[in-house]
Amino acid sequence: MRQKQKTYESDTDTQLELPGFELKREKWQESYNAQIGKKNSHIKNRSGIEIQPMYGPLDWNSKQYLDDLGFPGESPYTRGIYSTMHRGRKWSQRQLIGLGTPEDYNKRVRKLLDHGATAISLLPCNSGFRGVDCDEVPFQLLGTCGTVVNTVQHMDSALKGVPIDEISTAMNDPTPFTLLAFVLGTARRRGVPFESITGTSNQSDYISHYVANHMFYRLSQPGSRRVLVDHVAYCRKNVPNWNPVSVVGQHVQQAGATPAETMGFTLSTAIQYAEDCIERGMDPDTILPRFTFFFDISISFFEEIAKFRAGRRIWARIAKERLGAKDPRSWRFKFHGQTSGVDLTAQQPLNNIARVAVQASAGIFSGLQSLHTDSYDEAISCPTEEPARIAVATQNILREEAHLCDVIDPLGGSYYVEKLTNQMEEEILNVMDKIDQAGGMYQAVGDGLVQKMIGKSALAAQEKIEAKAEKIIGVNCYLEENSNVEQPEPYRPDAITMKAHVEKFKSFKSSRDQNKLDEALHSLRESAGDINQNIFEKVVEASSADATHGEIISILREELGFGHPMIIT
Amino acid sequence: MNSTPIRVLVTKIGLDGHDRGSRVVAAYLRDSGMEVIYTPPWQTIENVISLAEQEDVDVIGVSSLATDHLIVPDLMSELKSANLHHVAVVVGGIVPDNEHDMLNKAGVSKIFGPGTSKEEIVKCVTELGTGARKYKIDEGDFF
Repeated sequence: MRQKQKTYESDTDTQLELPGFELKREKWQESYNAQIGKKNSHIKNRSGIEIQPMYGPLDWNSKQYLDDLGFPGESPYTRGIYSTMHRGRKWSQRQLIGLGTPEDYNKRVRKLLDHGATAISLLPCNSGFRGVDCDEVPFQLLGTCGTVVNTVQHMDSALKGVPIDEISTAMNDPTPFTLLAFVLGTARRRGVPFESITGTSNQSDYISHYVANHMFYRLSQPGSRRVLVDHVAYCRKNVPNWNPVSVVGQHVQQAGATPAETMGFTLSTAIQYAEDCIERGMDPDTILPRFTFFFDISISFFEEIAKFRAGRRIWARIAKERLGAKDPRSWRFKFHGQTSGVDLTAQQPLNNIARVAVQASAGIFSGLQSLHTDSYDEAISCPTEEPARIAVATQNILREEAHLCDVIDPLGGSYYVEKLTNQMEEEILNVMDKIDQAGGMYQAVGDGLVQKMIGKSALAAQEKIEAKAEKIIGVNCYLEENSNVEQPEPYRPDAITMKAHVEKFKSFKSSRDQNKLDEALHSLRESAGDINQNIFEKVVEASSADATHGEIISILREELGFGHPMIIT
Repeated sequence: MNSTPIRVLVTKIGLDGHDRGSRVVAAYLRDSGMEVIYTPPWQTIENVISLAEQEDVDVIGVSSLATDHLIVPDLMSELKSANLHHVAVVVGGIVPDNEHDMLNKAGVSKIFGPGTSKEEIVKCVTELGTGARKYKIDEGDFF
């Protein structure tokens, strides 16, 4: 089914209501044309929309207010998904952290909680993303870019002193969701009921892993598809306050998709996942309220704000009209935003603090639910301590000193923002049409269509930078001699501690109850071949029987196959 | 001097999969007339060595975003063990300033940081590729 196109008309009655309007407008236009010459005659945003020098009443029909905007907390949620928005509840300050051993992580996370973070995240070591344990990869790479967490025991140490029934935890946890299984194992050890575990399976969006950065472990496409639906079904029943699905726009935008393409791909992906769950017999109103989204916020300030406002509006209509959800909670587009890493520069790295403040402001004006602000050293390494502190402080400054939360959707009603929101909506719907015509997102990715579109946009963006049509301070203009002197020393874990961690892991493996473990792994293997069983349930049980991340994945890889990347250059 | 195009292997070794940079650079080198052999990410060092040998490449370009440059010294010593002394290795991406020395000492010919222009990359790889071929011929005559 194709997405219904909505058309936005400009306000043709304005002349009648504002006598003399047309005359004055023409006069301004003449004066503008006379002075501007050929300079800045055509400016386009990243999504390819031509930007006018000025916007006015002709660009946005305010009579459409109730249909197109409405009030916060009211469908189509253009102005925000809750009636009180940031006045009622500040966004979650969720800094992405991952480094070293579980003990190193624990130190950092507790410090961040002390500094005002209200939710935590865990980024595992890249070795985990390759589907293996810490004793299977080059030692130099361990913990340089994520925490080495391979078992329930590791997770328990990583979250020592963190009240997991109070703090929401987001895990960068691709299929088959071993990290959530480790959190649940930790909850069992601590006597914490699963119902009180809150948070999100970030990186549950396997489709984004096929098309974008290839960072995460992937089972075969059909294997990933099955595991995700099992995961949703399990959480719905056993961990009802957990968000099992996070549809990720961040990867595709970081990989080069334009903001409009990003929103289009992401919404098409969300439709795919919802339809897969509905086909399995789940009522949309029992799953959609737990769907979340995760996006990049680039420095293209107004374009980002329009992207999110348009995305919210489209999702409300899709959930209602296409997916058949009746509960308004299913229509809400809840999203976490991360300030964009590709906009940051390794040159003159302190400049990144200014960039992040602009990106974060765009996110706040867009009405996000949760925010990660990048540290200024993220173009160089995994964040070190002082830059990570400044990143949290940036959020506090924007909220407390700049008062960005005092007014809900403060840019609503701006001629420019409303017109751009409408135009972005049209662009996004065009992208979604392309995907629908290709047979849906699952098919479009299998055919390489999405990968090709992203590659094309990435190359076009780079060529603009090469040609200096897009300027980047410190990179292609305003260069400074010795501008790299401020580069902070990158984070590298302590080799002795890491060595001890690996040795301890090896001796742990030989001390387990082998019968119990074999039985759990056998039953995991069986579930993969039986559609009536739930694979994720078996992942949880195997983790509690001390199975490691690598062991669980190697079994599923044998049974369901591996997702090889499609190479399109 | 060279009648056939320079052959470049563009790859990512180690654990990370961010390939925006390697895809763009591969396209640049191909556009400039070189023969590009492109691999998916997550290559082992052994794979890269055998591919370099089979494809008779002149230059290996390793793209690294998330610390995989830390195992490039291992790649360099394996290249030497495999008698591929003539192959020039360049690294592109995020290499913190204080780790440049480690790579240079290991024999890396050039590190392209973020913001390096297309022109500079093409020029440098052309020179290194030409040099690698000359080195190979000279060494061949000598032995």
